[in-house]
Amino acid sequence: MSDNSEYWRANIRLVMGCIVVWFVVSYGCGILFAPALNSIRILGGYPLGFWFAQQGSIYTFVVLIFFYAWRMNQLDRKFGVEED
Amino acid sequence: MSLQLMTYLVVGATFALYIFIAIKAKAATTGEFYVAGKGIHPVLNGMATGADWMSAASFISMAGLIAFKGYDASVFLMGWTGGYCLLAMLLAPYLRKYGKYTVPEFIGDRYYSNAARVVAVLCLITASLTYVIGQMKGIGVAFSRFLELPFETGLFVGMAIVFIYAVMGGMKGVTYTQIAQYCVLIFAYTVPAVFISLQLTGNPIPQLGLGAHMGGDPNNMFMLDKLDKTLVDLGFHEYTLQKGSTLNIFMYTLSLMIGTAGLPHVITRFFTVPKVKDARSSVGWSLVFIAILYTTAPAVGAMARLNLMETIRPTTGAHAGEWLEYDQRPQWFKNWEKTGLLKFEDKNGDGKIQYVGDKEKNEMVKVDRDIMVLANPEIAGLPNWVIALVAAGGIAAALSTAAGLLLAISSSISHDILKGIIAPDMTDKQELLASRIAMGGAIVVAGYFGLHPPGFAAQVVALAFGLAASSIFPALMMGIFVKRINNIGAVCGMLSGLGITLVYIFWFKGWFFVASTAMAANTPDNWFLGIAPEAFGAVGAMVNFAVAYAVSMVTPPPPEHIQRLVEDIRVPGVIRR
Repeated sequence: MSDNSEYWRANIRLVMGCIVVWFVVSYGCGILFAPALNSIRILGGYPLGFWFAQQGSIYTFVVLIFFYAWRMNQLDRKFGVEED
Repeated sequence: MSLQLMTYLVVGATFALYIFIAIKAKAATTGEFYVAGKGIHPVLNGMATGADWMSAASFISMAGLIAFKGYDASVFLMGWTGGYCLLAMLLAPYLRKYGKYTVPEFIGDRYYSNAARVVAVLCLITASLTYVIGQMKGIGVAFSRFLELPFETGLFVGMAIVFIYAVMGGMKGVTYTQIAQYCVLIFAYTVPAVFISLQLTGNPIPQLGLGAHMGGDPNNMFMLDKLDKTLVDLGFHEYTLQKGSTLNIFMYTLSLMIGTAGLPHVITRFFTVPKVKDARSSVGWSLVFIAILYTTAPAVGAMARLNLMETIRPTTGAHAGEWLEYDQRPQWFKNWEKTGLLKFEDKNGDGKIQYVGDKEKNEMVKVDRDIMVLANPEIAGLPNWVIALVAAGGIAAALSTAAGLLLAISSSISHDILKGIIAPDMTDKQELLASRIAMGGAIVVAGYFGLHPPGFAAQVVALAFGLAASSIFPALMMGIFVKRINNIGAVCGMLSGLGITLVYIFWFKGWFFVASTAMAANTPDNWFLGIAPEAFGAVGAMVNFAVAYAVSMVTPPPPEHIQRLVEDIRVPGVIRR
C-alpha cells in the first residue's frame, strides 16, 4: 500500500506542475498579461499576447499532454503499477 | 462542371464511404456497441475524437466568430482546447481504468447511489440533446445552401445516414466513420485556408501567414497591422486588442474548458482504447487533430475579415478609398443576400455600400458570422471543387458530432436506465437490441427538434457547457481525487451547481428560454460581476465543489468497498494488497 500512496503523491506533484504551466500560458500570457506582452512581436507580426491567446496556448496544451503521458508512464514503471 | 453537380458528386462520394464503413463495422456485442470492444488504437481514437468534438459550430461558425470578435474570440480557441488538458490529467485515464461503459455508470457506482446516476443521466441527456439539435440544423442548412434541396429533405437524408451507421455499428461503426469524417473535414478546412493565405501573404501555412507581411513583401505592412488599421479607420475596434472585461474573458474561458472536459460524449471516446496508458496519449492525439483546425481558424477568420473589408472598400488599386457601388457587387454577395444572411440597406441613398463601425451610418445591416467560412472560397475566387469540398466538410462535421451525441444518449438510456435500474436481469442480446431501439428513437427525436427547432436553439451551447461544467466535471473529478466525498455530498453538490447555473442562465435568457420571462436584460451592466450567462458554468462548478465537500464532511464517510474502488482506479495495473 505504501508504494501506491508514494505513486499517488508523485502523480499529484506532476499534475500540479502541468496545471501551473496550463494556467500560465492561457490565463496568464493569453489573458491577464496579454496587453503587456503585445508590445513584443514574434513570428513576424504577431503581438505576443495575441499569439498566446490564439496560437501559442494551443501548441503548449498539446506538448503538455504528451509530456504528462510520458512522465506518467515512467512513474508507472518506477512504482511497478503498470498494466500487464 | 457546374458547382451544383460537383457538390453532389463530392458529398455523394463521402456518403458512399460512410455507408461502406458501416457495413464493414457491425457491432455484435454490447461491448462493441458501447465502447467498440475497447480495441481502438489511440491515434485513431484521437482522430475520431477530433471529428466527434468538432461540430458544425467549430467548422462553420467559429472562424466567423473570430472574424468579427477578433481577440475576444480567443475564449473559444483556448476554452475548447484547454479542456483536453484537464481531461488527460484529471479524468480520462482513471475512467478508462474503471473500465465500464458510460459516464453516469461511474457516478452511480462511485457514489453508490441510483439517485446520483439518474441526475447524471438527466444532465447528459439535456446537454447532448440540445447540442444535437444544432447539428441537425447545420446539416439542413448545408444541404439547402449547396445542393439547393429543401431544408427538410436535407435533414431526412442526414438522419438516414446516421441511422444506418449508428444503429448497426454502435460505437464501433461511429468510430470508424468518424475517422473518415475527420479526414474529410480537415481537408475541406485547410485547403481553402492555404489558398487564401498564399493569396494574401505568399505563405502557404496559414498559422504563419497570419503573422506575415502583406503579399510576403517585407516592405509592406504586417497582415495583422493592416487589418487593425483598416478596421480602426472605419470606426471598428482593433482586431488584436481586448474589448470585453478581463474577468468575463477569464471566466468564459474557464467555463468552456471545464465544460469540455465534462461533456459525456467526449469522455466516452476514451473508454474505447485498450489500456490506461493509451487513454493518456490518446487525449494528446485528439488535441493534435483538433489543434490543426483550431490554429487554422484564427488565420481564416482574420483573412476573411480583411478580404470582406477590401471587397467593400479597397485600400489599393484603381478604386482605392472608394466604397463599392451596390450595382457592382460580386456574385457571392448576391447569393448570400438571397439567404437573408447578408443584408444591405442604402441609408444615405448614394447607391454605395458604406460598411462602418458607427451603427447609425453602417449600411451592411446584417453580416451573419456563419457565412464567413462557407463564403470564404467564393470571396477569394477559389475553384468550384474547393467550394464543393467545404460543403462536404461541413456536413461531415455535423454528422460526426451528431452520431457521437446520439450514441451517448442511447447508451445512457439502455445501459443506465434500462439495464442499470429498471431491468438488471436483461441478457446481453436483449440489451443490444434495446440500445439499437434507443438509438433509433434518439435519432427520431433529434430529427423532430431539427424540423421544429425550439426558440432556444441558438442558446444551447451555453446550456450544454454550463451543465457539463457545473454538474458532471466536478462529480467525476472529486470521485477520483477526494476519497472522502460520499453519496449525499455528491448529489447535493451536483444539484446546487446545476441549480445556480441554470437559474443564472434563465434569469437573463428567460425561464426555459422563453425570452419574455427574463428577470433582467441580458447586458453586462446587469450581470453578476460582469460575468455573462455563458461564462457562469465555472461559478457553478466552484459551488458544486464547495457544497459537495462541506456536506460530505458532516455526513458519514463512504463505505470501505468504495474507498477500495477509488484506490483501484488510481493505479493503471492490478492493485496488490
